[in-house]
Amino acid sequence: MAEETKEQQPGIFEKGGKLGWLHSTVDAFDTFLRVPGTVTKSGSHVRDSIDLKRVMIIVVVALVPAALFGMWNVGYQHDLVFNDLGGFWSRFWFGFLKVLPLYLVSYIVGLGIEFMFAQIRGEEVNEGYLVTGMLIPLIVPVDVPLWTLAVAVAFAVIFGKEVFGGTGMNFLNPALLARAFLFFSYPSKMSGTETWIALRHGQTLDAATGATPLSYLADGSLSNLTDASTAYGTTPWDFFAGIIPGSVGETSVIAILIGAVILIWTGIASWKVMLSSVIGALFVGWIGTAAGVTDVPAWEQLLLGGFAFGTVFMATDPVTSAQTETGKWIYGFLVGALCIVVRLFNPGYAEGMMLAILLMNTFAPLIDHCVTSISISRRAKKARFA
Amino acid sequence: MSNSIVLKHGLDIPIKGEAALQISKTVVPDIVAVKPTDYKGLTPRLLIREGDKVLAGSPLLSSKESPDVLVTSPVSGVVKEVVRGAKRKLLEVRIQADAAQEYVDFGAKSAASLTADDVKSLLLKSGLWTAIVQRPYGIVADPAAKPKAIFVSAFNTAPLSADLDFVLGDRLEDIQAGVDALSKLTSGGVHVSINADKSSSTPFHKLERVVLHEFKGRHPAGNVGVQISHISPIMKGDTVWTVSLLLLAAIGKLLLTGKLDLSRKVAVTGPACKNPSYIQAFSGMSMKDIAEYCEGENVRIVSGDPLTGKAVGAEGFLGFFDNQVTLLKEGTEREVLGWAKPFRTNLFSSSRAYFSWLTPKSKYAMDTNLHGGPRAFVCSDVYGKVLPMDIFPLYLIKACLAKDIDKMEEFGIYEVLPEDLALCEFVDPSKNDIQAIIESGIDLMLKEMA
Repeated sequence: MAEETKEQQPGIFEKGGKLGWLHSTVDAFDTFLRVPGTVTKSGSHVRDSIDLKRVMIIVVVALVPAALFGMWNVGYQHDLVFNDLGGFWSRFWFGFLKVLPLYLVSYIVGLGIEFMFAQIRGEEVNEGYLVTGMLIPLIVPVDVPLWTLAVAVAFAVIFGKEVFGGTGMNFLNPALLARAFLFFSYPSKMSGTETWIALRHGQTLDAATGATPLSYLADGSLSNLTDASTAYGTTPWDFFAGIIPGSVGETSVIAILIGAVILIWTGIASWKVMLSSVIGALFVGWIGTAAGVTDVPAWEQLLLGGFAFGTVFMATDPVTSAQTETGKWIYGFLVGALCIVVRLFNPGYAEGMMLAILLMNTFAPLIDHCVTSISISRRAKKARFA
Repeated sequence: MSNSIVLKHGLDIPIKGEAALQISKTVVPDIVAVKPTDYKGLTPRLLIREGDKVLAGSPLLSSKESPDVLVTSPVSGVVKEVVRGAKRKLLEVRIQADAAQEYVDFGAKSAASLTADDVKSLLLKSGLWTAIVQRPYGIVADPAAKPKAIFVSAFNTAPLSADLDFVLGDRLEDIQAGVDALSKLTSGGVHVSINADKSSSTPFHKLERVVLHEFKGRHPAGNVGVQISHISPIMKGDTVWTVSLLLLAAIGKLLLTGKLDLSRKVAVTGPACKNPSYIQAFSGMSMKDIAEYCEGENVRIVSGDPLTGKAVGAEGFLGFFDNQVTLLKEGTEREVLGWAKPFRTNLFSSSRAYFSWLTPKSKYAMDTNLHGGPRAFVCSDVYGKVLPMDIFPLYLIKACLAKDIDKMEEFGIYEVLPEDLALCEFVDPSKNDIQAIIESGIDLMLKEMA
């Protein structure tokens, strides 16, 4: 559509044209449909065929398994409690109808703001929100009220990103910022036992039914979990497969690993961050068991809560993670370590991944500063003795 | 003594149109141009007028900063036209060449008998002083400077670049004479880097009175800047000189024959080239003389390699430092949903986001399409993978953008020229003009440090 309009009436949407104030929007749709015909003006005359649209679409593709599994799991969890669905497809359809509004709100609100700011700045629309918009519905409880989601998305995009100048300039992961906003502003909708299972109108849950495995472990004891008379899984295999309550896309480690393979194979996300985050988590988890703080084995911590999802999709965000290669090792390690520290030592929060990543986002520039400073002084020393 | 240095980072761009190792044409000089814009840091003062008769080696321009530095005519003939651009900036001095070439006689000399001052004055008079590039900043060398050492790269790794063994292998005597002359100008010696993969087959390992280094790796292993950073990094206060092997041969020839001879074998290359091969030509050759090599309409003619060359157009001329012409199709066609296609088999990407890594041997008919729109920097690890230097490219680029001189110094602005980061620009998914950014940083340093 946009393509045709632009071709039939050249100039009208360009700067200074009649509808010039729409040029960023038209340009976004136009370049979405067809690769721009711009040629190189200065510097290298030939360029690699990769662009940010490709980078972002690969991340979106990597998120698809987690999203599809999440939709099915929403139906499955509902069915376990109420037994009113039955069959794979009706569970998936139930979950799909529950998750779809989250996606609509996330993309309409987020992209709307993104387009508006691009328009005001007179820049091209950045593709970054394609990923952010895909992430946000996967990291919230499925029954989050849509209006709070809309407010959170608007807050995250405006104050997490646009005030700094848009994608590439932000220092906090916008998707996590949206979650943190919900978490602190509407705590009753974001934690506890009543939010994790999708309900039909008029249905209610009793306290024991809706808890996540992680909340049973909050005081550090495995026996709570195994004693719980829950209808759903309590074994490590259940955590790994993801048939447990939780935020929409975070539960299945299998689906997340498929995404991780895509991201590492294409080189889009840093394997160094992922690996060091796992090492950090195992390290603190091991200390926890050795010191008798918890009897949850360290490896089991990797399967629970948002750890896997955060490690693969959130901590690796190239903009908000450390930029130097050495820095990525340190950053990843601290993300994993902090996440488990919060789980083990903070009685208030059952889960620590969101806080760990956001905290390390703020520290990433400091880590990079230290890494580059050390390298610079090493170079200077080398030169003095040369 | 030779030291072998292995460079892990880099990228050989598989572009079609490599020149076959044969001479397909000898270009006879007709209209020849000297371009002051080839010489960075030189503000030209015109010494001739239209209609003047010049010989090969006659001065055309001098430097306003350093009046001894001359730019001379590569051919004998009559000054036909002085071309100026915006704000009367001097762009070209065009010369109608004579049918029979006459040369200014600078007198044949033996390098061994010359003093440093003799070498200097000979190079200044003949115009070959401008062949010496001074780092930091890549400017025409300052005759008063005392360089730490002089560096020469004896192999090319840039895409489609001329094979120096083929082009200059038969001029070993000239090069040796050049080395002997230049070694008078520095106490640090003349450092020559050769390709480790061909260390015994390349003729240049026979050079004497040089410090020989071997480098192994993909592009930009052949860039002299990368080599310097591994041999002896340039720090604040250092000055080093570099000379291309091509012009080192010209310096040697000047000593041996007393004539300025800027003839050279030029590789005519690129996906839009009909018969990629070498031609016998000279500095300042008109691109009209090789019009028959262009295939199809809308071809960009680049003097130099596809990463760092200058687009000169069909009416343009070969640069003083170049022995390569690259012909590229202008990529103005728009591909429907290009970025979303799982496969784009006709396009190359160094990333695994596309599948060209599955066919490592295929060559691609690349055009000049940008393949995307300009964005802020997002990916942080793609740049270091193609830059085998001990610096943080993204930090240097951002320091240049921020015009922060302290940070530029810390992150290594003294060590780089735009050409060294050309591959960063090639792979950048955010499509920033990184070479232009580095250039602006260097210009700022030149202005502030002057």
